Amino acid sequence: MKDRIKETTGRWYKEVYEKSVADPRRKERRENFESGSGIPIKPLYTPVDLEGKDYEEQLGFPGEFPFTRGVQPTMYRGRFWTMRQYAGFASAEESNKRYKMLLGSGQTGLSVAFDLPTQIGYDSDNELSAGEVGKVGVAIDSLADMETLFDGIPLDKVSTSMTINAPAAVLLAMYIAVGEKHGVSSKELDGTIQNDLLKEYAARGTYIYPPQPSMRLITDIFAYCKDNVPKWNTISISGYHIREAGSTAVQEVAFTLADGIAYVEAAIKAGLDVDDFAPRLSFFFNSHNDFLEEIAKFRAARRLWAKIMKDRFGAKNPRSLMLRFHTQTGGCTLTAQQPDNNVVRVTLQALAAVLGGTQSLHTNSRDEALALPTEDSVRIALRTQQIIAYESGVCDTVDPLAGSYYLESLCDKIEEQAADYIKRIDEIGGAVRAIEQGFIQREIEDSAYKYQMSIESGDRTVVGLNKFQIKETAPKGLLKVDEAVGRAQCEKIKAVKARRDNAAVKAALKDLETAAKGTDNLMPPILAAVKQYATLGEICDVMRDVFGEYKPTGM
Amino acid sequence: MSQSDRAEKVRHLVDGAVAGDVRSVSRLISLVENEASGYEEAYSMFYGRTGKAKVIGITGPPGGGKSTLVDKLASKLRQLGNRVGVIAVDPTSPFTGGAVLGDRVRMQRHNADPGVFIRSMGTRGHLGGLSRGTAAAVDVLDAAGYDYVLVETVGVGQSEIEISSLSDLVVLLNVPGLGDEIQIIKAGIMEIGDVFVVNKMDRPGADRTKAELEYALDLGHELPRRPKVLMTNAETSEGVAELVAEIDDYYGWLRDSGILEKRRAKHAELVVTRMLADRLMKRLGSEGEDGELAGELYVCVSRRLLTPYEAAERIFKRIIEKGAI
Amino acid sequence: MDRKIRVLVAKPGLDGHDRGAKVVARALRDAGMEVIYTGLRQTPEQIVSAAIQEDVDCVALSILSGAHNHLFPKVVDLLKEKGADDVLVVGGGVIPDEDIPGLVAKGVAAVFTPGTPTTKTAEYIRENIKRK
Repeated sequence: MKDRIKETTGRWYKEVYEKSVADPRRKERRENFESGSGIPIKPLYTPVDLEGKDYEEQLGFPGEFPFTRGVQPTMYRGRFWTMRQYAGFASAEESNKRYKMLLGSGQTGLSVAFDLPTQIGYDSDNELSAGEVGKVGVAIDSLADMETLFDGIPLDKVSTSMTINAPAAVLLAMYIAVGEKHGVSSKELDGTIQNDLLKEYAARGTYIYPPQPSMRLITDIFAYCKDNVPKWNTISISGYHIREAGSTAVQEVAFTLADGIAYVEAAIKAGLDVDDFAPRLSFFFNSHNDFLEEIAKFRAARRLWAKIMKDRFGAKNPRSLMLRFHTQTGGCTLTAQQPDNNVVRVTLQALAAVLGGTQSLHTNSRDEALALPTEDSVRIALRTQQIIAYESGVCDTVDPLAGSYYLESLCDKIEEQAADYIKRIDEIGGAVRAIEQGFIQREIEDSAYKYQMSIESGDRTVVGLNKFQIKETAPKGLLKVDEAVGRAQCEKIKAVKARRDNAAVKAALKDLETAAKGTDNLMPPILAAVKQYATLGEICDVMRDVFGEYKPTGM
Repeated sequence: MSQSDRAEKVRHLVDGAVAGDVRSVSRLISLVENEASGYEEAYSMFYGRTGKAKVIGITGPPGGGKSTLVDKLASKLRQLGNRVGVIAVDPTSPFTGGAVLGDRVRMQRHNADPGVFIRSMGTRGHLGGLSRGTAAAVDVLDAAGYDYVLVETVGVGQSEIEISSLSDLVVLLNVPGLGDEIQIIKAGIMEIGDVFVVNKMDRPGADRTKAELEYALDLGHELPRRPKVLMTNAETSEGVAELVAEIDDYYGWLRDSGILEKRRAKHAELVVTRMLADRLMKRLGSEGEDGELAGELYVCVSRRLLTPYEAAERIFKRIIEKGAI
Repeated sequence: MDRKIRVLVAKPGLDGHDRGAKVVARALRDAGMEVIYTGLRQTPEQIVSAAIQEDVDCVALSILSGAHNHLFPKVVDLLKEKGADDVLVVGGGVIPDEDIPGLVAKGVAAVFTPGTPTTKTAEYIRENIKRK
């Protein structure tokens, strides 16, 4: 049968297709078609393109190796993905109100955005924090702020994702401490910390310490949570920011999985058994514009990771082989021009994530190219997910696009090219080395520049930006963070410092210093310091003094 | 602007630079780098003050950690009470004439320190890899009283040779595991190093890289004093103090043995002869009758109607005919 | 000799999104300029000190965190303080339209918001540098 299809496909190309495109009226729109990653796209895909691929080997069944079709047997027939809108701004009080609004609107998990000083381990009263407090997320200086942030929120019922990396250990410790105050044991806590430093060096930029001590902090968290916070996802290995920095879909998969490999290696080197921590690894991807390529990307990433964990690391537990991931729609695809168009972009991107089998999803708000989203915009973004879940019907069977000749062929190509990249990174000496040498950064920068130039040359169309423009007036009603937040936050620090037991704080910080200089797990002394209301900046400074600070590569 | 106004302005700039005013130093570098109006006068105003700075060239393969090492060297030299000038040279794109100069990223913490001056430069299409402006910038920093001037260039192509033509002392940097076991053991490159450094000494293969360098130096070196091979980890500053000590020690020997003076005379010869050639060509002119004549002669050489020697002789005669040189 | 336009591309503030800054740096290079890139988390003091040592014609600032109203004017003021007010200061990033007049009043020559073609930025710099 295969031979016959080959023959008939060949005939179609020769007798039908070529004749057709030779007719000037039916000339194709462009000379070459290619995906966002530069994968050439043929006019037509047929069974010939999947020749030699074994169904069981390549696709298999949902909930089974290689997990191409999904990590759970029933996928969304069981329950929908977690609808998790990343939110947080200004003060803990304001953010707490927003969380309650979101939970009240049917959101099923929290996702905390921290402001930049918090993400870089500076207190709000640090000189470098001026102008930044509460701007891109909530400001957290001490346990007192964290108590306010989660006031009245049942920590045993919601899962909380925290976008925090360099000071992840400190914020996790604060969450554990708040849990204790609510009477919720750390064993019951459910959530995620991003805790992915490698992509900070490569793409996102909120690093503090050099790679080696950062890797230690990460593996310390793995080890601590295994026994004490067993339901916690200890890392969210993130391709999202790599993509935002300008990578292609293939690079997103390759660099994220290469980072994942580095973490697994570090944890094994630190003496952990792969099946002890691998089930708690989670991933975070971007959903960009190229609809079919994105769906293929998610499926390819799942298959490739399963193979890596099985073949390279010999993981036995099926949960160790599963790539579970959160998705956020692509922030860099949003346009400041005609912002309502972004609702449509986000819909397509969200649909791709769902068809790609995501475990949780954040949909961007239409106004995010302009400012932090308003409450109305956030609601539309959440409704977008709900419409896909409840109205579109795409959730009623598992992995509905499997078997599409084009999609499967694209999936194979992405896997192949990502594996090639990983091989190159292995040759350099792994992801840490590749980042130190600037290899990954350069690859991303090259793609970002190409993408920008393709827009400027008009080769790539962005609706409303370089085609179909209209005259617009400045948008109104954007969210503005009051500059007073910074001052209020400084007052709060003063108050906390006045009422805590400063001798106990000093002793706790001293213990942390000793642990940092030695090899003991850093989580217990951090938790002890947090409970004494040592500030985030004080804790991070102790480690800054011991570990030093990372210095980026040039350009 | 009148001649005297211009001279006044240049004088003001030079006085400021010599007095250590950062903005004057910076603008004076631009003036001489761009060969903007008044640069020759400026040169005669400050050149007498130069010759005191120790000019240290630092070169090695890309990815070797040069900027980080220069950053740490500057810190160490500062600790010892020196004022430090840094010139970081990056390649200019031959296609657009532009450049992204990114070495400063690793040195930004010195910005708060008035005792450190950092300047990034593009090679600006100069064949040797270093622009003529580089040597001029070194002179300005020297005149402005910087005790050390560190010149950092990426070691690809000719720039590592070129750097020895403006440095008193050259530090050759290498790292383990960049593919080629020893990238710098190439013809003519071992000879220019006065101090050898294996950076990133924490990497596997560092000892081997050092051993290979030692072996190559045992086989032969140009000067009577055999250069040393030091190990550093620029990230952690390990070995940086030792490197500074060795640079000073070797520098002292170069000076006491009279080699430094010979080197500087050689550099002067290079600079002067280059300027002479430039002037001769300028005198001939690239446009008009003479320019055409020269153009025709080049074509004749390419068609094998004249030998290059014959063409050079004719051009030379033509220049002489035009008047006293 | 043809004078090269020199531009310092800097990221003040704490945000790590340097995609835009790096794309602009490359685009200015391709427009024949010499671009000094200083990397992330630069304080206004560091930026101004670098701008003076590098004798640049223009300082291009990029910020996405929302701290522009605080940080951009600080760079302008410090340049003035150091007698370098002939340096053109331009800004870019996620900056609401309503903030632009205020920034311009404080001495930022132009603000380029998302979607601005890099050629436009290069052209603006070429035409508006104060020292010719």
